[in-house]
Amino acid sequence: MINVGTSVAQVFEHTKSEGRAALIPYVTAGHPHLGDLEELVRAMNDAGADIIEIGIPFSDPLADGPVLQKAATKALNNGTKIRDVLQATERLSAHSVPLVYLTYFNPVFHYGVRDFLKAARDSGVKGIIIPDLPWEESDEVFHDTQELGMSLIPLVAPTSTDAHIASLAKATGFVYGVSVTGVTGVRQEVDAGVKTLVERVKRQISLPLAIGFGISTPEHARYVGSVADGVIVGSALVRRIDEAGVDAAKQTYEFVSALRKALSD
Amino acid sequence: MAMMKEVPDERGRYGSFGGRYVPETLIPALDELSVAYEQAKHDPAFHQELDALLKDYVGRPTPLRRADRLSEKLGFDVYLKREDLNHTGAHKINNTMGQILLARRMGKSRIIAETGAGQHGVATATAAALFGLKAQVYMGEEDVKRQALNVYRMQLLGAEVIPVSSGSKTLKDATNEAIRDWVTNVRTTFYVIGSVVGPHPYPMMVRDFQSVIGKEARQQFQNLTGTLPTHIVAPVGGGSNSMGVFYAFRNDPVALIGVEAAGSGIETGKHAATITVGMKGILHGSLSYLLQDDDGQIMPAHSISAGLDYPGVGPEHAYFHDIGRARYDAITDKEALAAFHQLSELEGIIPALESAHAVAWVIKEQDPLREQQARVLINLSGRGDKDIDSVRDYEEGHHD
Ligand SMILES: Cc1ncc(COP(=O)(O)O)c(C=O)c1O
Repeated sequence: MINVGTSVAQVFEHTKSEGRAALIPYVTAGHPHLGDLEELVRAMNDAGADIIEIGIPFSDPLADGPVLQKAATKALNNGTKIRDVLQATERLSAHSVPLVYLTYFNPVFHYGVRDFLKAARDSGVKGIIIPDLPWEESDEVFHDTQELGMSLIPLVAPTSTDAHIASLAKATGFVYGVSVTGVTGVRQEVDAGVKTLVERVKRQISLPLAIGFGISTPEHARYVGSVADGVIVGSALVRRIDEAGVDAAKQTYEFVSALRKALSD
Repeated sequence: MAMMKEVPDERGRYGSFGGRYVPETLIPALDELSVAYEQAKHDPAFHQELDALLKDYVGRPTPLRRADRLSEKLGFDVYLKREDLNHTGAHKINNTMGQILLARRMGKSRIIAETGAGQHGVATATAAALFGLKAQVYMGEEDVKRQALNVYRMQLLGAEVIPVSSGSKTLKDATNEAIRDWVTNVRTTFYVIGSVVGPHPYPMMVRDFQSVIGKEARQQFQNLTGTLPTHIVAPVGGGSNSMGVFYAFRNDPVALIGVEAAGSGIETGKHAATITVGMKGILHGSLSYLLQDDDGQIMPAHSISAGLDYPGVGPEHAYFHDIGRARYDAITDKEALAAFHQLSELEGIIPALESAHAVAWVIKEQDPLREQQARVLINLSGRGDKDIDSVRDYEEGHHD
């Protein structure tokens, strides 16, 4: 079972023992409102998510496509503050599968790297993803996360060199594989390069590998789950939440359930 | 004067500033660019080609001359380095020529750029047209409106202008969109960055391409006066014309002054005075000073001059500020406008609003400068044709 206190690495041991990939949905904190976060996380939990990514909104999310940009803009416009996200997370994490944050480097840097990571750890978060902090710039953040018992989740892209992949061996948790050269967003098809990327990473390092960017349907999830250890779904879920209005939690539950079913079949 | 340490280091650091804060997808492309640039830099054929283009196409060297009537009026010597006389009307073309040549060497067929005032967009479109390359230029919707003339110029040059409607709809957001495009099309696309900003090696490469300004100016000033200037004054948006003129003088006993936009006034919060009031942070690939709020969210910048309207600044300027090698001050929209008129009337030169900020600083600081018997060199980064509509609109709406 995935319990409170489970580490990110243990999640993958568990899903592997069940013979399936881990399901990792993403929501933006503060979208539509910060008050919705608790209900959305509960819906994802109940629907069978294995790890939940909470996005802390940033004004200039340069790795994101239109859906996540718009969600971040909405969240900031309705007054979402980092300290409030941390507090909301603290209330949630005790009843949830492991949570990880996704945010950009400036909010972390501005808060103070060490202080932010401590606050994140104290809020119950198990890991952090910073898409504009490449591995080669991350020594300080990596050091602090290790000391605090968290994971700094590194990214690999289709353009990554073998030297980059090899250097990820010291990471903990999992590796985030970017399915395409591009930004986040809903796509019609899973990029044909995913399999090659997974094979390249697996040949060099033994960490679990989850794939994200563009995974939009249960069919996509089924395919990606058959080659990788985890499946990350962001824009497709956030778009549903955006369109659902008062039904957001129900729609979230249904979509995440469908994704989970596709991985478990 | 002690020689300055050479920066950046091999990791693209200027002290604690600079670096490469971009998605992993781009890191191999930045490595590839670094290698290509290093090779080009040591290839005499590259320099020959670039120098010939700068001479025969861009119109370099640009003149340097004493501004006689302004000097008489102020009571000390003021010299103007005439980057406004470059083809396309600003210093931006020095850099785009260099980058386009590099793109060709690297076999990249598609060119993208971001632009604020439109000067960098026009310069990129021009260099791309010269070599038959296709350019797509991202520009914030606000700037598309403010700089309609430059939008049309880019289109005439065969470039596609892509309006950006996210965020504050200005240069910052155009830059985000250009980076998103580059992440998506990184294998075929060369991203021509318009200032000494962005991830390493861009700040260094753009500085090197713009350093022709200072090299010429240093020689010209010595030929003309037998000595060096006491002060060099230049406007700072991202910081390319200022770094371009500062660089050759970095080891000389010369005061270097970068002039930022104070917009409606620092106290109003509507400004672009990044170094004057900014805090350290990370945007568009490097660590530098930034306008940001308590949560590290980037704050929109404001200036009457679209080219200065940027919440960040090049990392080498942040470094020069930190070690005290350069001084940074800010000039308001009003002060810049007054200088815009003064230079037009006294010298027959209509400056870009960006450049008018540098002129305004000299006028404002005239008392201490007169006392020191200063010999001031102003980098006149561009000409004001593009700004005439903005000036008229502003003055019609803001009669005191
Ligand atoms: C004429 C002119 N001067 C100055 C600038 C500011 O840029 P930078 O600080 O990179 O020279 C611009 C930017 O568009 C410009 O067009």
